[in-house]
Amino acid sequence: MDELRVLSVCGNLGYGFPEESLLNGIAHDPHIMGADNGSTDPGPYYLGSGDQLTKREQIKRDLGYSLAAARKRGIPYIIGSAGTAGGDPHVDSVLDVMHELAKRDGHRFKLAVIRSELDKEFVKQAVREGRTRALGKLPELTEEAVDESVRIVGQMGLDPFVRALEGGADVILAGRSCDTAIYTSYAAMKGFDLGLAFHMAKIIECGAQCALPIGANDCILGTLRKDHFELKPMNKKMRLTPNSVAAHMMYEQPDPYLFYEPEGMVDLKASEFHQVDEHRVQVRGSRFVSAPKPTLKLEGVRHRGYRTITVAGMTDPRLLENLDKVESSVKATVAQMVKGSLAPDEYELRFIFYGRDGVMGRAGPAGGRTAHEVGVVMEAIAKDQSTADVVLSLARSGFLHCGFEGRKATAGNLAFPFSPSDFQGGPVYEFHIYHLMELEDAGAPFDVEFTKVG
Amino acid sequence: MPHSMSSLPRSGEMKQMERLYDIAEVFRSKNAGPLLITIDLLFPDETTFRRVSDSEALSPGIVADLYGIQPKDVKILYFDRANAIKVTIPRTGPTSGAPGDRDVYGAQQHGPLLGLMIP
Repeated sequence: MDELRVLSVCGNLGYGFPEESLLNGIAHDPHIMGADNGSTDPGPYYLGSGDQLTKREQIKRDLGYSLAAARKRGIPYIIGSAGTAGGDPHVDSVLDVMHELAKRDGHRFKLAVIRSELDKEFVKQAVREGRTRALGKLPELTEEAVDESVRIVGQMGLDPFVRALEGGADVILAGRSCDTAIYTSYAAMKGFDLGLAFHMAKIIECGAQCALPIGANDCILGTLRKDHFELKPMNKKMRLTPNSVAAHMMYEQPDPYLFYEPEGMVDLKASEFHQVDEHRVQVRGSRFVSAPKPTLKLEGVRHRGYRTITVAGMTDPRLLENLDKVESSVKATVAQMVKGSLAPDEYELRFIFYGRDGVMGRAGPAGGRTAHEVGVVMEAIAKDQSTADVVLSLARSGFLHCGFEGRKATAGNLAFPFSPSDFQGGPVYEFHIYHLMELEDAGAPFDVEFTKVG
Repeated sequence: MPHSMSSLPRSGEMKQMERLYDIAEVFRSKNAGPLLITIDLLFPDETTFRRVSDSEALSPGIVADLYGIQPKDVKILYFDRANAIKVTIPRTGPTSGAPGDRDVYGAQQHGPLLGLMIP
């Protein structure tokens, strides 16, 4: 095989891609198709709760078109990081949609499901053996932290995908995956250069994000050859330049010259970008350096309680001058009201003032200036939903009627846009595991289950 | 790192000070995982890129001051192939989306840098 054509359906299955782009992609006769379906970007809630960021109907639309295209062409289709977070409930939700579509459209195929939830005992053993390492400023992993996690997933690399492909899978549905493994596994199996294959994968896993205009929710074709790869957006209105492709390595990456995979490091310092025509750019020179010991990235969350919020606006100048005083006065009133039933560490109460310092949490370059209208989000978190409701309710009414020196608008401090004013946010989670685990065989924790669909 | 005084503009072609925000074509921030924020500055051409990278307006110390963090935690990378500069900083508060966080995707964390004046 001297040329491998890989079609990336989009940057996140469910966000919606143009059908014509997919048809154009299929007309380029790809050997394999892939789609990414997850990320940690939307925060810890999805891994904790088992919910998905994209709704069932969105998945059904995107998977409906893409699965039909892959089956019609008879090429393998790989979906990674199923259902946003890649845990078992996420894989099961996408699997359910897939079965429904197979039934609706009469597809028959061999399916490989690869789950990525890790057994707590497996992780604790690595902790005991000193094989885990903290990233960033997180504390080192402990057995207690593992025990209090709701769910832990490991980002699978190439190996489980290669096993699924070698086993003859037509469709692969995987839990939490390295985005690159989705698009590199087939190339690795066929013996293509891993530096080029990983670099190409790293670009096309975001769909046509590297194109002009930017199109994360659009299809792109990667063609891998012996000493280079070539990219072409499948939306005919999009073009590529060496600069747009090179610049993509900036995106969501701490370092544009290097990235790390469980199998090793990809070095882009010598990569060269060459314009072929308006729609195509070739890349060569990217290098793979294998790691002495493979690592697995772990993601885990713990439950922090339940959230209730309210949103309101303020315009009164005297009030806006006294926000800090009102905030501390309301917090003191709430503490007084719950005294005897809730200890201070049994609830959290926060006010975010948009139009003052809502985003950054501190004064901007112009000092502590406020806009002429300021929005407040009040947030209560407590051990159960009804306690959060009560704390929030006390804070909301306390704020509405809070008095302060020089107050003129004595009827009420808040403009509520909605009735009811309070909203339950449900369970709240926190990423507390984002660690690396060393292991002999990075593929070992991931079983490949084959089934017949249809 | 392309820091050479010799490439500073000669007095005859000295430009007025301009805000970093006004001369960058793309000025964005985003999560690089739940622990890091990465800020990308893409310039329209090499001249503008050199204008910023050769100036001393952007340094780990200056970024650290603006974000209330330590200079050693600021990583600035010059990516001349794309006429781009990347600034990566740790999240100072909770991890992305944890209680107390205010920007789950990290998409609006570039604010403190945009007013930097570039000679």
